[in-house]
Amino acid sequence: MDAIRVSRYPKIRRVGFFAPPDSSATMIPSPRHPPLPVSEMISSADGHVALGSYDPSENLNLATGIEKREEGEKEVLQSSSKPLKAKTTKAERRALQEAQRAAKAASKGYEGSKAVAKNGTVAPSKGTKHSSQNKDDPSCGSPVVTDKKADRPLEKDRKKDAPLRMQFDDKNRMENARKRAVVNPTEARNRVELFQHLPQYKYGIQLPNLEAKVFQIGSLHPSVFEVGLRYLAGDISGGNARCIAMLRAFQDAIRDYCTPREKVLVRDLTSNISSYVSYFAECRPLSMSMGNAIRFVKSRIANLPLNHSEFEAKAALCSDIDRFINEKIILADKVIVRHAFTKVKDGDVLLTYGLSCVVEMILLYAHELGKQFRVVVVDSRPRFEGQALVRRLVAKGLSCTYTHINGASYIMHEVTRVLLGASAVLSNGTVYSRVGTSCVAMVAHAFRIPVLICCEAYKFHERVLLDSICSNELGDPDAISRVAGRMDVNCLDNWASEDNLKLLNLMYDATPSDYVSVIVTDYGMLPPTSVPVIVREYRREYLLM
Amino acid sequence: MPDVQTLVNDFLNQLKKRKIEGSQATAKLTAELLRSVISQQRVPHTNQATALINAVRAVGEQLIAANPVELAVGNIVRRVLHIIREEDLSLATAAMAGLGVSAASDDEDDVEREENSVLSAAAVAAAARSTLRPPSLQTLLEDTFDSAVVPHTSSSGGESDGRSRSVEKGSRGKKLKHDVIEAVNELIQDISTCYEQIAEQAVEHIHHNEVILTLGSSKTVLEFLYAAKEKQRSFKVFVAEGAPRYQGHLLAKELVARGLQTTVITDSAVFALISRVNMVIVGAHAVMANGGVIAPVGLNMVALAAQRHAVPFVVLAGSHKLCPLYPHNPEVLVNELRSPSELLDFGEFSDCMDSASGAGSLHVVNPTFDYVPPKLVSLFITDTGGHNPSYMYRLIADYYSADDLVVKRRPVVAAVLSSKPRARDVFTFVQRKMNHI
Repeated sequence: MDAIRVSRYPKIRRVGFFAPPDSSATMIPSPRHPPLPVSEMISSADGHVALGSYDPSENLNLATGIEKREEGEKEVLQSSSKPLKAKTTKAERRALQEAQRAAKAASKGYEGSKAVAKNGTVAPSKGTKHSSQNKDDPSCGSPVVTDKKADRPLEKDRKKDAPLRMQFDDKNRMENARKRAVVNPTEARNRVELFQHLPQYKYGIQLPNLEAKVFQIGSLHPSVFEVGLRYLAGDISGGNARCIAMLRAFQDAIRDYCTPREKVLVRDLTSNISSYVSYFAECRPLSMSMGNAIRFVKSRIANLPLNHSEFEAKAALCSDIDRFINEKIILADKVIVRHAFTKVKDGDVLLTYGLSCVVEMILLYAHELGKQFRVVVVDSRPRFEGQALVRRLVAKGLSCTYTHINGASYIMHEVTRVLLGASAVLSNGTVYSRVGTSCVAMVAHAFRIPVLICCEAYKFHERVLLDSICSNELGDPDAISRVAGRMDVNCLDNWASEDNLKLLNLMYDATPSDYVSVIVTDYGMLPPTSVPVIVREYRREYLLM
Repeated sequence: MPDVQTLVNDFLNQLKKRKIEGSQATAKLTAELLRSVISQQRVPHTNQATALINAVRAVGEQLIAANPVELAVGNIVRRVLHIIREEDLSLATAAMAGLGVSAASDDEDDVEREENSVLSAAAVAAAARSTLRPPSLQTLLEDTFDSAVVPHTSSSGGESDGRSRSVEKGSRGKKLKHDVIEAVNELIQDISTCYEQIAEQAVEHIHHNEVILTLGSSKTVLEFLYAAKEKQRSFKVFVAEGAPRYQGHLLAKELVARGLQTTVITDSAVFALISRVNMVIVGAHAVMANGGVIAPVGLNMVALAAQRHAVPFVVLAGSHKLCPLYPHNPEVLVNELRSPSELLDFGEFSDCMDSASGAGSLHVVNPTFDYVPPKLVSLFITDTGGHNPSYMYRLIADYYSADDLVVKRRPVVAAVLSSKPRARDVFTFVQRKMNHI
C-alpha cells in the first residue's frame, strides 16, 4: 500500500517534501485507499522513519554523511521541478498505479499468510515496496526523516510530532490493527457510546493469551515483552514507574541489539522501538509522559553521530536514557520535594488524592524535617490507591485522615493545602490526572483552598484538552460492579447480560487550569499559564541534550 | 396508654439504632405513630387542642432527640402540631360565628383577662380571614402573632375558655380529635404518594435525547425518570454509584429493569462527564428553609460541577422533606459519621488504627450527608410544583406554624412571661409600620 501512496502523490514527493517530512500524508489515508498498518499509526511520532528505511539509495546517502546529503537535497529540489511536467500526466500516473496494484496483489498472495504470523513488524511487505519504488522512481524514496537536525524550525517538528491518535471507532483501521496486534484484545460488550473512540478490552483474557505467546514474540525483546505483560497485569502503575520501566526495557533492547545486514542502525533501531511502542500501547494505552520519553529516545537515536560505531552508539544511547531517568525523573522529584516543602507550614492540614509518589515524597520529607502537620487522604473507587498511601504514611508516623471522594466537601473545611499529582500537564494549563483529581480540585477551589499540582516537567505536553472525554483511558468495567470487601453490594453482578446497562470506568480526567493555584515542577513553582513556556523551552533542551 | 408508650419506645429505639432508612419511611412511621398518640390521648373537656399539642410535643421531643439528623421526624411532628392548631382554629371560628354573644358576655365577666380574650378573639378572626383570603404580608404577620398567643391563652385563660365552650363541649371534643386524625391520615396519604405527584411533572423537564446524571438512589428520582420514559421520552441516565453505600447500583438495576438506558460511573468521574450531561436530577434528605439541601454525601461535588458547566441541578423533594429550620454550619451539625468499615477493611487496617504503637494515627471519616447551598440549586420540584430555592421559606410557611419551630416544651411560666411582651412588640411594630405607610 505504500507503493500506491507513492504513486498517488508523485508530485509531492518529487518536488521534495524533502525537508519537512509530511507526516500528514502518511498518517491520514485518503478514503479510497486501504488503511495503514497500525504499527505505523500508533508509533506515529516517527511514521516516516519506517517509510524511509526501505530505500537503499537513502541508506547510501546516509553512510556518506550529512553534508553530502544536504547537497543532494538541493540538487533534487532544483532538478525535480523540470521533469515533473513531462512525467506526470494523469494517464501515466493511472497506468503506474494499476501496475503497482497488480504487483502488490501478487505479492500479497504468497506473503499474506506470513504477514499475519509475523505480526508486529513491517518486514513482510518490504520486498514489494522496494522493488516497486526503485523501479518507478529512484529519487523519491529519499525523504528521510531520521537525519533531521535541530536546525529545523521547531514548529514543524511539533506538527510532525503531534501524533494523530488512534480513534477506535474507525472500523477500517481497527480491522487492520487487529491483524497486527500481539495482544489480540477482545472488544468488550456494552460499550458506552460517548467513549466508542477509546479502546475497551475484555480484561482477564488478554493476560493468559499473551503469556501463552512467550515463545512466539517474534521481534520483541524479552524484557520489552515482560514490561508489557506487567503493564497489562497492572503490576506497574503510576506515570513515573511506567515510564522508567519502559525506558529500562528500551535500554535492554538497545544493549542486545545488533544491526542486521543491509540495514542502518539509526533506522532499524527506530523502527524496532516503534514496534515496541505499539506493543506497549496494545498492553495499555500509553501515558503522555511515556510519549515524551519515547520522543526523547527517538530523537537521541536520530541524532546519533554517524561516525559512531555500533557499540559506541549503543553505549551513548544507554547513557542518554540513564541520564533521562536520573535527571528528568529521579532528580526532578527531589527538586519538586524541595520546592513544595517550602509551602508546608506547621499546623497545616494537607489533603491529597489517591496515590502520587511525588506527593508521598513531599509528605515524608516534611515529616522527616519535623514539620507538624496532618494529612487527609481522599480516595476513590475502584482502585483505592489511597489505602496504600495511608498505610505507608501511618507506618512512618504521620497522622492521617482517610475519607472517600464524596466526603471531600465535608473534610475540606479543615484543610489548608491541597497537594495533587498529575499524569500530564497540558499546554493550556489543563492537568490530566487520575480520575477524581478534578473533583477534589474543584471542591478545594470552592472552599478557596490553594491547590498545588506536583508534576515533573517531562510530563508537560504541548497538547491541549478541554474535557476528559476526547482523550482518556477506559478501565475494566467489571471493577465497577464488584466492590472489594463488600459482599452485600452485588446487584450488578450480571451486568453484561443487560443491554441497557453500561458500566464506565474512566481512568483519567482533565482539571481546568483555573482550579490550579500553582504547579510545582523541577523548574520551580509556576502558574498554569506558564506551562506552554516550559513546554517550549524544555523541548528545545531535550532535543539538544 | 401503655401500648402507645411501647410503640413510642420501639420507634425511638429504631431511630436511635438508625434502623429506619430514608426520610419517606421515617416520615410515614412518625405520622402513624403520632396518629396513634392522638387517638389514644384522653381529651379533657377544656383545651382539647392544648392537650393534644402537649401530648404530641412530648412525644415529638423524644423522637427528635433520638435522631436529630433525621429532620423528617421533626418536620412531621411540626406538621401534626400545625394540623391540630388549624383544626382547632377552624372549629373555633365556627364556634365564634355561632356564639358571638356568649363570648362577649364572657369577656365582661372576667375583667382581668379582658385583654387576653380580646387578643384571642382578634387572633381567631385573623385566622378566619386568612383562610378566606390569599396569603399576604399582613396575614403572615398576623399568623405569627396569633400562634404566639395560642399557648398563652390556653395556659392562662383556661377557666374562661372552659366556661365559654362548655356549651357545646360534648360535640366539639370528639370533633377536634376526629378532624385531627382525619387530617393526619391525609398527611400520611400525601407522604406515601408524593412521588407520584412529583413524577407527573417529569415530562415538563425531561426532553428527548437528554443525558441525565444522578447520584445514589432515590425512589422519587426513579419514579420521576420512569414517568418521563413512560411518556415516550428517550434519554440516557448516568448514575454515579454513591460510594460508600453504592446505592447507585440499586438505582441502576431498577432503571434497567424498567428499560431505561443506564450507565453506571464512579463518583470520581462526575466532573469528567458533567460536560456531556444536560441535567442533574437528585433526591434530597431534607430541604432547609433557606433553600439549602441536606443531601446524600457527594452531592455538593456534583452541584459544584453542574454549576461550573451550567447544568441545571434539580432537586426532587416531597413536602415532608421541607424543614422549617435555617441551617447553621450544616456540613458538620446536620451530619452523621457512619462506620469506617464501609471505607476500610478493619482487619486490614487494624494495625494502623492502633495509635499506642508509636506510629501515626489514622482517622477514617465517613460522613452521610452533604450540604448543598441554595445558590447551587437550580430548581426544587415538590409535590406542589417547581420552586426556586429562594421561595422555600414561603412554602414552609404553608405547612408549619411559626410557634412550632422549637418543639421543645418550655416551662409554662416562662412561656407566659416571654410570649406576652413579644406578641405585643410584634403587634405594635406592625401597627407602627402600617401607620407609617
